[in-house]
Amino acid sequence: MRLLKLVPDDTNIDFLRWRKLASFMSFFLVAVSIALVATKGLNLGVDFVGGQSVRVEFTQTMPPIDEIREKVGNIGLGEATIQQFGSDKAVSIRTALPEGDKSAAERAGQQLVSGIQKAFPTAKTGSVETVSGKVSGELIRTGAISLGLAIIGISIYIWLRFEWQFGVGALGRLFHEVSLTFGLFAVTQMQFDLNSVAALLTIVGYSLNDTIVVYDRIRENLKKYRKMEIVPLLNLSINETLSRTVMTTVAMLLALGMLLAFGPDVIFGFTAAMLFGVFIGGYSSVLMSTPVLVWLKVGPDSFIPRTSAGMEGGERVQRKDDGAVV
Amino acid sequence: MLDFPRWKTIGISIILMLGIVFSIPSFLPEKTLNSLPSFLQAKVNLGLDLAGGSHLLLEADIADLRKTQLSNMEKTVRTAMRGESGPADDIAIGELSNAGGKISFLVRDQAQLDDARERLFSETQGAGLTGQRDWSIDVVDTTRIVMTPTRAGQAQAVANAMDTARDIIDKRVNALGTREPTIIRQGTDRVVVQVPGLQDPGALKELIGKTARLEFRMVDANADPQEAAAGRVPVGSEIVPYAEGEGSGAAFEVLRRQVMISGEQLIDAKQSYDQQNNQPVVSIRFDAGGSNTFAKVTAQSVGKRFAMVLDGKVLSAPSINEPILGGSAQISGSFSVASANALAISLRSGALPVKMTVVEERTVTPELGKDSIRKGAIAGIIATVSVLVLMLVVYGRFGVYACVALVFNVFLIIAVMAAFNATLTLPGIAGFVLTIGAAVDANVLINERIREELKRGRKVFQAVELGYSEASRAIFDANVTNVIAAALMFWFGSGPIKGFAVVLTIGIVTSVFTAVTVTRMFVAHWLRRARPTSINI
Repeated sequence: MRLLKLVPDDTNIDFLRWRKLASFMSFFLVAVSIALVATKGLNLGVDFVGGQSVRVEFTQTMPPIDEIREKVGNIGLGEATIQQFGSDKAVSIRTALPEGDKSAAERAGQQLVSGIQKAFPTAKTGSVETVSGKVSGELIRTGAISLGLAIIGISIYIWLRFEWQFGVGALGRLFHEVSLTFGLFAVTQMQFDLNSVAALLTIVGYSLNDTIVVYDRIRENLKKYRKMEIVPLLNLSINETLSRTVMTTVAMLLALGMLLAFGPDVIFGFTAAMLFGVFIGGYSSVLMSTPVLVWLKVGPDSFIPRTSAGMEGGERVQRKDDGAVV
Repeated sequence: MLDFPRWKTIGISIILMLGIVFSIPSFLPEKTLNSLPSFLQAKVNLGLDLAGGSHLLLEADIADLRKTQLSNMEKTVRTAMRGESGPADDIAIGELSNAGGKISFLVRDQAQLDDARERLFSETQGAGLTGQRDWSIDVVDTTRIVMTPTRAGQAQAVANAMDTARDIIDKRVNALGTREPTIIRQGTDRVVVQVPGLQDPGALKELIGKTARLEFRMVDANADPQEAAAGRVPVGSEIVPYAEGEGSGAAFEVLRRQVMISGEQLIDAKQSYDQQNNQPVVSIRFDAGGSNTFAKVTAQSVGKRFAMVLDGKVLSAPSINEPILGGSAQISGSFSVASANALAISLRSGALPVKMTVVEERTVTPELGKDSIRKGAIAGIIATVSVLVLMLVVYGRFGVYACVALVFNVFLIIAVMAAFNATLTLPGIAGFVLTIGAAVDANVLINERIREELKRGRKVFQAVELGYSEASRAIFDANVTNVIAAALMFWFGSGPIKGFAVVLTIGIVTSVFTAVTVTRMFVAHWLRRARPTSINI
């Protein structure tokens, strides 16, 4: 039986030749993402802005969105945000947080549900969420804190396990991935809620996984090939891990694609964000996470234990049994 | 690689068997589950987003609590100054005010100042660990006593009130007869209520939203309605508004401040019907002390009216036609059967020490939950199968081992979640998928490394050995970072993020075990048996 190889043996692609272009691309995309978030803004869900949201499922054909918007507008809770899910029979109807005390959201929620039931007698209200302004403020804060701490904590771990340059590289890459995902939410205007934060954290974790695999190989090669120049060494490391990067990325894209196609529409946003993150992660592993090591001047010296440098360093020469040296 | 000791094989096999055994209950319907021995009954709970149900976050009105605390202290002060052994023991006070969250009053006879202070001090209690009292007592301008609640005292009052509130809400929700509600305190001033399977949270909210402070008070017959409308009432009386929809036109009643009987003297309350007009009412029964008072007061006041006041609003103000003996009464108002029942439950469970408001509500209908779970399961199976097929096509025999390990991984995650009584939510399912991804990645790393080492011309055994040992380092680092992320999510995240973090953490541990240790066992046994000189990977 011949097994499938996603990547041919012994690739020798000079990935770092494109490092300036890739870095420019990444800077550009991050800048665009930030600009998009600043101008278009995120479509924040009730978790983060407060208000009330009702999921309505129509048993017969769905009336046009404009009709729903108009009828919901007549309930008297201001203009509604209406979002269609993956299926063509369910929408999420959201109205802004009303003025008043902290139970105002809850009262408005009841008003919204009964208003919808009156306007569309055959429709079913599947789920109701009301969040007061105070709680949504806290949710934003805890969400931001957990995202920020996760990024910093992971970078510190990498700094301790590897070297500071690698920590900086990981931090930069995480920032890159998170910004781009925010950009995706701004472009598509997909609802950004607590589940989206979970998706962001997953992307952070996944992207780290990738970074570590490549960095681990660089560390190994730095010890092995003490005399090799840094750029060819990085290229070698990326090429050696290329088949793994491709295989894992394909497997993840496959799994997430199936979830996107067949999964419940409630996790549609989550899965879409993950899919995007995995895609960006694949690109970053190959082109994005290594140039920073060149600029920060990582070299073979980075991994010699400082106390025994003289004793051990002299003995370690390039291993002879390796045919794969570039 | 060949030396895989027997004890290790046995140990791993036992863990895998246990994983399967303990994951089974989670797949069984409730009925079959009950016939199993109790150690096998632990199963994974479904979150409200999957099972359907209501989640309410209630927040206490701290300002309201402070007000109650203050007025209680005011009563305490008046009682304490009255003295125990008759009028000779009284301390005359004047100008008592409770403005600015403090109680301040004048002691008329300066000689009694120390005595007054002493009496008040014995009414205060220790609060916190520093030996502080819950109220501080100061003397201002040599004749005025000012009592201020201390910070520790206030914190303790909130903590006590919240404990009581939680217990009372627990009683009320349990009286609804729903299955396995969760009622826990959160932070300093909040209570989370989760009721699985509940379709309409309206009744639930009505039930826990009521403070249910019930008072029976006499209507002040001497009050002039016109004077009262202008806000002037006789000393010792006050204006109390009617509850919405009650009072048949009248907006308020003038009631005596003194409470005749209060809700604490109830021993039972239940919903029933008025014998005359068949309207739903709440029948209540007083304890012995309450019955006596009620009988005495009603005997003295035939022809007058008394009012039933619930949470500061008048429900009804009937006339007393004859003395009410026997200690039972009916509370009438414009009730539906459901609202009368809710009030009865609230009265039975006692009054909430503090007003609670709903600040967050999430309700998912059971049908939607079922739909999500069905689609989620189907999508999960399709996703897993397609990844398995990919592994088989790419790695052959080693792919088979990886797949078997992956299936064990699924069982183990479910078993551990069941053992910890963890809750599976929709984001949790996503976390599940991610750990499957991580497990696949671990095997990809190992297998790619074996390929690489073979390419470099190593012998089969050596290549496999190196594949496992070299890949393990990256697998370890990658998973530790994920654990860091998951732990931070668990500590700082809320709701859905937490559910995700739990599954992720469990999944990371089990997936490293199955993807590295278990596949290694398979490979070692195969190598020892077949002793291949070349492998197809």
